[in-house]
Amino acid sequence: MFAQTPLLGWILGIIVASGLERLVGLPLARAIGLSKPPVLFGVDIALKTPQLLPASLLYDLVIYLIPVILVARFLNPLSNRVSAWLFRFPLGVSALVHVALLYLGLELWTGVSDYRVLVAKLMMIAIMITLSLNVVNGFMGEFSCSHPGFMALGAYIASLLTVVFFVGSNFGPAVLPAFIGPFFFPLALILGGLTASLGALLVAIPSFRTRGDYLAIISLAFLFIVKSLFENLEMLGGARGFGNQPNWATLPVVFAWTMLCIWIINNFVESTMGKALNAVRDNELAADAMTVDTRKTKMITFLFGAFWAGVAGGLFAHVLRYVNPSTFGLQKLAEVLAMLYFGGLNSVVGSIVGAVGYNMLSEMLRPLELFKWIIIPLLLILVMIYRPTGLIAFREFGLHNILQPKKSHNKDEVENVPPAS
Amino acid sequence: MSLLQVNQMTHYFGGLRAVYDYNLSINRGEIHGLIGPNGAGKTTIFNLITGIYTPTEGDILLDGQSIKGMRPHRIAAAGLARTFQNLLLWRHMTVIEHVKLARYSKIGYGLMGAFFNTPRRTKEEAQITRVAMDLLELMGISHLADTVVTNLPYGAQRRVELARALAIEPKVLFLDEPTAGMNPEEMEQMIDIIRQVHRQLNLAIFLIEHRMRLVMQLSERIQTLVFGEVVAEGLPEDVRNNPLVIDAYLGKEVET
Repeated sequence: MFAQTPLLGWILGIIVASGLERLVGLPLARAIGLSKPPVLFGVDIALKTPQLLPASLLYDLVIYLIPVILVARFLNPLSNRVSAWLFRFPLGVSALVHVALLYLGLELWTGVSDYRVLVAKLMMIAIMITLSLNVVNGFMGEFSCSHPGFMALGAYIASLLTVVFFVGSNFGPAVLPAFIGPFFFPLALILGGLTASLGALLVAIPSFRTRGDYLAIISLAFLFIVKSLFENLEMLGGARGFGNQPNWATLPVVFAWTMLCIWIINNFVESTMGKALNAVRDNELAADAMTVDTRKTKMITFLFGAFWAGVAGGLFAHVLRYVNPSTFGLQKLAEVLAMLYFGGLNSVVGSIVGAVGYNMLSEMLRPLELFKWIIIPLLLILVMIYRPTGLIAFREFGLHNILQPKKSHNKDEVENVPPAS
Repeated sequence: MSLLQVNQMTHYFGGLRAVYDYNLSINRGEIHGLIGPNGAGKTTIFNLITGIYTPTEGDILLDGQSIKGMRPHRIAAAGLARTFQNLLLWRHMTVIEHVKLARYSKIGYGLMGAFFNTPRRTKEEAQITRVAMDLLELMGISHLADTVVTNLPYGAQRRVELARALAIEPKVLFLDEPTAGMNPEEMEQMIDIIRQVHRQLNLAIFLIEHRMRLVMQLSERIQTLVFGEVVAEGLPEDVRNNPLVIDAYLGKEVET
C-alpha cells in the first residue's frame, strides 16, 4: 500500500501533520482533556498519569497518524511526479529540496514548544557525534574512547572565542561588534573542531604505530586528562563550568551543520579513498599491499572524526549556553557508544537511526526516572543479542535509492531518467 | 638490467637465519617459479621483497631503483603487486570495491575531493570503476561485481584477489600459491587465467607453488629453496631432475 510512496510523500505528510498541529493542536488537546499538546507523542504524559493514555493516543491518531497516512497514500501521484521531475536535475538538487522540506517539517513540529526545539537540537548534535565516532569505530574498526574529550575541547574553545569576543568575560569586555557574531560563529566552531583534531593528533601519534588495543586505552586516558584539565582551569570556571554563550545555535544553524556533517562524512566513506578505512579494518596487511598508506589513513580518519566531535561540542555548548566539565565524562562516553552500537556500525543511516532512536527513547522515558536506566540498557542488550553489530549495520541505501520516485503515471518517464550522481 | 633484481639478500629473525644469500633476476614478460618444501622460506622471500620485512643484508632493485626498506604500500605503488597464500580479502567489501581500492595510489582528487564530492572526483571515480570492471571482465567475474566477497565460492575469491593485484598495474606480479586449496578443475581454470593475464599484459610473474605440475607448466625458470638457500636453479626440466631437489622433496635414501 505504501510501497509506492517516495520519501518526498512522507516528508509532505510530516509537514501537513505538523502544520495541522500548529493550527488545531491546542484546542484539540484541551477538548480531549489534555492541558497542552503532548510534546513527544504523549508517551511522557501517559507515563506520568496513565489515565491520560487514551487521550494521548487519540491525539496522536488525529494529528499525526491519520494525516500522514492520508497524505502518503493519496498524494503519492503528486509526490511521485515531483520526485521524478527533480530527478531530471543532478542528484544534489533533489537532495537539497528534500532537506529544505525536511527543515520546514522540523520547524513546524518544533514550533509548538521550546522543549521540542531543545530535544531536536540535542538530537541533531547526537547524530553528529555518533557519525563521527562511527567513522573511527565502525568504518575503520579501531576503538576510540575519547570522543567526549574531543567534544569538550570543541565546546570550550568555541565558547571561549564567542564569549571573549562578543559577550565579555573576566578577560575584559566584548571587543567585536555584535552584528558580525553570527558570521563569526562558524569560524569559532571550526576552530573548536581543529583544536579537537590537534588533541586527536596527540592520541594518534603513539597509538597508531602498532595495531591493537592501544588506542582504546590511550584515548580513555586522554578523555580523563581533558576532563580534569577543564576542571582545574580556574579561568574557564573550573568545575563550576563556563556559561554566557551567545544564543547563536538556533534550530536552522544546528540543522545546517548537521546536514553538512552528514553530507561530508557520507561523501568520505563512499569514496574509494574512504573505502580504505574498511580495508584497514578488515585486513591491514592486504591494504598495505594494495598501495593504501594505512598509517596516514588511520591518522587522517581519527583527526577527521575528532574534528566533527569538536564541532558538535561547540554547538552543544551554544545550545545549552553553558558547559561543565563533568558533562564530558564516562557517562557521555557510554551514551555515545550506546547510540553507535544501537544504530549500527559502518552505516551512515545506522548512526542517524541510533542517535535519533536513543535520544527519543531517552526523552520519552524520562518520567520513569530510575526505571529508564533499566529499560534502555535492557533494550541495548536485546539489540546486541539479536543484531550484534547494530540495527542497520554494514548497509547503505544510497542517496539515489532513497530519493527516487517509487512509481510514476508514465512509467517510461521514470525509467528513462539517467541515474544522476 | 633486469626488471626486478635481488642481490645477495640475507635475513635473520633474531638468531634464526631464514634466508641466505638469495639472488633473483626477473625480466619483463618472464614467469619465474620458486619451489621448496614447507618452511623453506618461500613466503619470507615474498615478504622481504614486498617490504613487509626489511632484509638484514642485500639489496632489491625494481627497474634499477632500490626499494629496500621502503614501506609496503610504496613498494606496491612502485609496481610490485602480490596475492596472498591464505587469501587476504576484506570481508565486508564487495568485489568491485576490492578492485577499485587497489587504484588508491593513483587517486588524484585528494581529501578535498573525498569530502566535498567535487566534479573531479566524480570523473575519477567513474574512470576507476571502468578500469575495475574491465579487470573483472578479464577474470570472468564481472557479474559478481556487487557481491560481498565472503559470499563467493573459493575459486571466485582467488580471482578477486588476482583482479585486485592487477588493478595496481604492476610491473611484476607475485603469486603466492595461487591454486592452494583448489580442486583440479579450478586449478586448470587458474592456469588459463594466469597464462591469459601474462600474455595480455606482458607481465613478469614470480610464482610460489607446491604443485609441481603447475610450476613446470608455467615457469620459464625455477629456483628451489631449501632452508632459506637456493639449491638448484634453471630450466624446469633441469630442476626436476636435479638430485638435490629430489632429496629435498622426497628425502635421502638411507645408506645401509
